[in-house]
Amino acid sequence: MTISTSDKPFLTRVKESENDHFMQQSVAKAQDAQWDKRTAAREELGNWEQWRDLGEQIRQHVIKYLPDYLEQFSDNVTKKGGHVFFAQTDEEAANYIKEIAKKKNAHKIVKSKSMVTTEIDLDKVLLSLPDTSLMETDLAEFILQEDDWDEPTHIVFPTLHKNRNQIQKVFKKLGYSGTNDPEEMAKFARKYLREYFMQADLGITGCNFAIADSGLINLVTNEGNADLTMAIPETQIVVMGMERIVPSLKEAEVLDNMLCRSAVGQKLTSYCSFSGKQVVGESDGPSDFYVVILDNGRSNALGTDFEPVLQCIRCGACLNVCPIYRHIGGHGYGSIYPGPIGAVLSPVLDGYEKFGDLPFASSLCAACTETCPVKIPLHNLLIKHREVMMDKLKMDHSFNNVLMKGAGVATSSPILFKMALEGDHLGSAPLSKSKKTTVDNLFNYGHIEKAPSLGAGWTNVRDLARPPKHSENFRSWYKKHKKEQQEGVSHD
Amino acid sequence: MKVAIFSTCVVDLLFPNVGQAMVEVLERFGCETALPTDQICCGQPTYNSGYRKESNKVFYNEIDALLSANADYIVGPAGSCVAMLREYPHILKDDPEYSQKAQELADKSYEFSQFLYNVLGVIDAGAQLDATATYHRSCHMTRLLGEKTAPFKLLEQVKDLKMVPLPHLENCCGFGGTFSVKEPEISKQMVDEKVDSVISTGAKILISADASCLMNIGGRFSRRNESIKIMHIAEVLNHNVDTSRIRYKDQPTTV
Ligand code: SF4
Repeated sequence: MTISTSDKPFLTRVKESENDHFMQQSVAKAQDAQWDKRTAAREELGNWEQWRDLGEQIRQHVIKYLPDYLEQFSDNVTKKGGHVFFAQTDEEAANYIKEIAKKKNAHKIVKSKSMVTTEIDLDKVLLSLPDTSLMETDLAEFILQEDDWDEPTHIVFPTLHKNRNQIQKVFKKLGYSGTNDPEEMAKFARKYLREYFMQADLGITGCNFAIADSGLINLVTNEGNADLTMAIPETQIVVMGMERIVPSLKEAEVLDNMLCRSAVGQKLTSYCSFSGKQVVGESDGPSDFYVVILDNGRSNALGTDFEPVLQCIRCGACLNVCPIYRHIGGHGYGSIYPGPIGAVLSPVLDGYEKFGDLPFASSLCAACTETCPVKIPLHNLLIKHREVMMDKLKMDHSFNNVLMKGAGVATSSPILFKMALEGDHLGSAPLSKSKKTTVDNLFNYGHIEKAPSLGAGWTNVRDLARPPKHSENFRSWYKKHKKEQQEGVSHD
Repeated sequence: MKVAIFSTCVVDLLFPNVGQAMVEVLERFGCETALPTDQICCGQPTYNSGYRKESNKVFYNEIDALLSANADYIVGPAGSCVAMLREYPHILKDDPEYSQKAQELADKSYEFSQFLYNVLGVIDAGAQLDATATYHRSCHMTRLLGEKTAPFKLLEQVKDLKMVPLPHLENCCGFGGTFSVKEPEISKQMVDEKVDSVISTGAKILISADASCLMNIGGRFSRRNESIKIMHIAEVLNHNVDTSRIRYKDQPTTV
């Protein structure tokens, strides 16, 4: 499996992100800008909540009848002379594609942006072929490639962690001598890529939606590079996750509308194409057309609580609203699928051993659930993952586990809780501090700067309010209050 | 109208001032209150950490305790904990004994400001507070309970109170229940950004409808030696009340 981008432990990655101020600033800036753009684009459409209902229905329906739609799609591709391959694993998929490249004697390969090809580590496999070069033609992916195959940190904006100076440095290696002006650099990349395009003999694209009733592939981009990848080379290979199906153009239209607004805050991206094998009378498009449909762990979700994760249309909106992503960035997650969707999907695809930390790295603020255009209950699925790990797999053998179980007992037993209420002020006496706090009306009974065990996580960061004496706590006040009320009544 | 006070463990343990203010406001508006003493906690600490089995016991206890008061409504000073009560029917939908009780509980449960504004129809609670303040919108209150307006409407009417908008209102403060103790490294960065946002408003008071978020943000203010006053919205609405100012939504502005 290659969705992993790092072997470092989670906390190390978090620390590294915390020190990467540039990354944090650029993520925050992008999130803020996207917030406004996305909201405006959705508002302009109107009735956004109803659109979400519709998006959810379409995606749920497809997932429910996935085998049927896959069969229909595959039949329609084959009918037009294309080939379909169902790959169980990343390795199967990559090897199949490698064999085609060999058979076609392909030496210059162009690719457009595709998370699934990153998932199966396709670039590496293809570059192992003799005499073969490969070009990522999406500008951001191109930058990553030229920067020694750096890992993407966002599913829509793969180079979110890079600034223009870093990009300028990367381009200098290719002979660029211009400034760090984004437009100038883009022009350079465009020219560089165009030359390569014209000689390419194999094109590889991802797939935003596969249309079941026509066998067409729907791609949306802003650079037009995917269209060139499809139009120029003789041979085209489309790689798609098995859930990327829609019944017909009608549903694709709905979802494209929601995808573009959610992903980049545009009505529609600059290019939105539907294509397949070249048919008689057409002047461009591939004469050889292959579709690789990948499982690679996706079917783990079918029939389980995690099935909704397959509804995802990879818009990236959940990353763009996530306060955790805001701080730890894509590299913090250690998966090519970061953010809330990544925290839910990565353990489904590749297990808890590798990605068990991710579901806990969430404050469950539900910003992701609120923004998801196809209504995936992301924060609930994070809780579900925690349940599987704690209840079913019994993965936490630490002292914390004992404490949490204890918390379960304490918060379900009224007697124990009342005892806690009585002992708290006294119990906390040795911990409390007399330092004067700068905060008014929060520490009316003192504060604690260093709490033991589970509480240490709290006091490592913040002061903790000290509990009041039993006679001054809320319940005691209420009892007195009620008594006074009653006495007041009886005196009248 | 009888109202059972859903005090929440945080208020029971730490913040009598919040519970007291809430009870006083509710009684001012004619509610007869009751405090079911067997209640403990809504169960988020264990449920959100994945301890599903342990959580059931917590839910059962809370349901039995809160329903035992036979009240018309159940009102709590925390959007997050009330949102959890509203989740019970989903979580316990297959529970033969508790699914129905869970529904009954959820139907009756309201967060304090939501109850005041939407159920009692109060627009001006009659309070006065001479200060500049900002409001932290808690995630669960906004997104799970779906209450986005009540606190703002009520605070708008507090005499002499100048409310300044908090930048990045939508961002979580980094509390997240056990998240704050389990992932302090990330939580710290989130709460720091929140503290910075609050400071940038120049407000002297930070208000919220969730005591837990206040405990988090205020706790970080204190650790950073930054000054702020923390007030739960119930305390604000209970401050210097002049009952002649009280106004209901369906009442014309000039009485
Ligand atoms: S989970 Fe939802 S919001 Fe996140 S990428 Fe997928 S569709 Fe977009």
